[in-house]
Amino acid sequence: MSRRFLASPWLLFALGVILVRLVVANDYYFTLLNIIGIHALLVVGLNLLLGYAGQISLGHAAFFGLGAYTSGILTATYSVNPWLALPVGLLVAGVAAFLVGVPALKLRGYYLAMATLGFGIIVYIVFNQTQELTGGPSGLSGIPSLSLGGFSFDSPDRLFLLIWVILGVILLLSANLVDSRLGRAVRALHESEPAAQSLGVNTSRAKLLIFVWSALYAALAGSLYAHTLNFVAPSSFTFMFSIKLVTMVIVGGMASIWGSLLGAAVLTILPELLVVFHDYEIIIFGAILMVVMIFLPRGLVRGILDLWELRRYKKKGGPSPAA
Amino acid sequence: MQDVSFGVSRGVVKAIIGPNGAGKTTLFNLITGFLTPDRGQIIYRGEAIQGQPAHIVASKGIARTFQIVQLFDHMSVLENVMVGRHRLTRSGLFSGMLRFPSMRREETGITAKAWEVLEFVGLADRAHQPAGILPLGLKRLLEIARSLASEPRILLLDEPASGLDQNETDRLGEMILTLRDRGLTLLLVEHDMSLTMEVAEEIVVLNYGQLLAEGPPRAIQKHPEVIAAYLGSDWQG
Repeated sequence: MSRRFLASPWLLFALGVILVRLVVANDYYFTLLNIIGIHALLVVGLNLLLGYAGQISLGHAAFFGLGAYTSGILTATYSVNPWLALPVGLLVAGVAAFLVGVPALKLRGYYLAMATLGFGIIVYIVFNQTQELTGGPSGLSGIPSLSLGGFSFDSPDRLFLLIWVILGVILLLSANLVDSRLGRAVRALHESEPAAQSLGVNTSRAKLLIFVWSALYAALAGSLYAHTLNFVAPSSFTFMFSIKLVTMVIVGGMASIWGSLLGAAVLTILPELLVVFHDYEIIIFGAILMVVMIFLPRGLVRGILDLWELRRYKKKGGPSPAA
Repeated sequence: MQDVSFGVSRGVVKAIIGPNGAGKTTLFNLITGFLTPDRGQIIYRGEAIQGQPAHIVASKGIARTFQIVQLFDHMSVLENVMVGRHRLTRSGLFSGMLRFPSMRREETGITAKAWEVLEFVGLADRAHQPAGILPLGLKRLLEIARSLASEPRILLLDEPASGLDQNETDRLGEMILTLRDRGLTLLLVEHDMSLTMEVAEEIVVLNYGQLLAEGPPRAIQKHPEVIAAYLGSDWQG
């Protein structure tokens, strides 16, 4: 493990995080990076489901929100220790994903999309309507920060390390998962479900497992989000955000761990750069999605890797791609 | 399908032939759990398996290939075969993410076995190529390799020679006989009559979902109804 680590992107990642922490001096940039980190967590989880397993979810903001609100409510209203509230948030999202997944994953294509879309909207409405619990449309404030020992993660630069270390660990674990027996089974069922079944893969169980697992990533991101902003409101967990997440997966690279990070970074920074075009944000997102879909349908990272591989086998005088 | 009844003995190569639409692939789908029969039983090693889901049937050692090749196109040739080891291995979510020693040992084993199978079929030099770029003949070979990796007791081949040239078909025939010699039971659906007559020890003829005839190749070739329905009256045998 140690030699592989030294020669790997993980070392670069770790060095990069340390470097950024030392170099960046502006709270605005740290805050932006923190949001990118939280988005990246969401995107990696969604990518496992959408890119690797090939299942659509148009309601992932709901799991993000369930994690955020569970942490928020437990810590702000009931003074529960944030580190205890976090696993409860995971549990809530996990159970919700299980209950939605069991019937919904039996559906195909746009039916599954509609089911997850519906679920997302229902959860959003619940956040808005249950005023006593969630604070309704004006949100829930007074959420405490996370702390470890006496060290409180209450400023953007401190949160940066927390979020990006967690993200790094999650990226590593996810890369491991993709390259394992379960990872191969999930990728296989995406390519050909009958073939995967014919080799003994319980495809229904695998899809449900990945669906719940990706919801847990979202809930983790949600908890971190709540303790970063010290505030949550339903407006962060809308259908539009679910679509943005899907866009980040697709643009960054389907079935690519690093692509998830790229997609999150690009599409989080973009609105900041285009602040002037705020009203047209959704149109611009849509346009980017269209362009990527036309030219690199599997996303930036995956599309470029695919092209590179194809070129490699063409050059070696290998056969041209089969019809 | 109606009143179709036959058995396959261990170590035998049996072929199912018949005109298009006779129900051959339907039969395969019934056996492998992709379809459930309204009536009747499918008995495997003394156990009734009809109605069981496809992945359960597969886990009992029944492997199959598909009429239209179903490879994992974006995965490498090696990875395709590695998925074949699925039913014989156990690592799950946590051991996969955390790379427990037991998982790593299992992975080493999976990779080693996959290489073995690739060497056997002659695809080892293409191990890291994405499966989707292979020409059809090699794709069919890879699909067989993937099934072999699961160490099945019986292998169902659905039109394995379809789309292959004479050379490739001959090599396929050799491979089938080699597998038979190694103790594998084979059931194949085929349209290529010379291949069928060459490798099959027993033949079942289906027509319109019903069993028309069953027997050794010689008898089938001479069977008047079979000739009329399928082989054609100018069949020379």
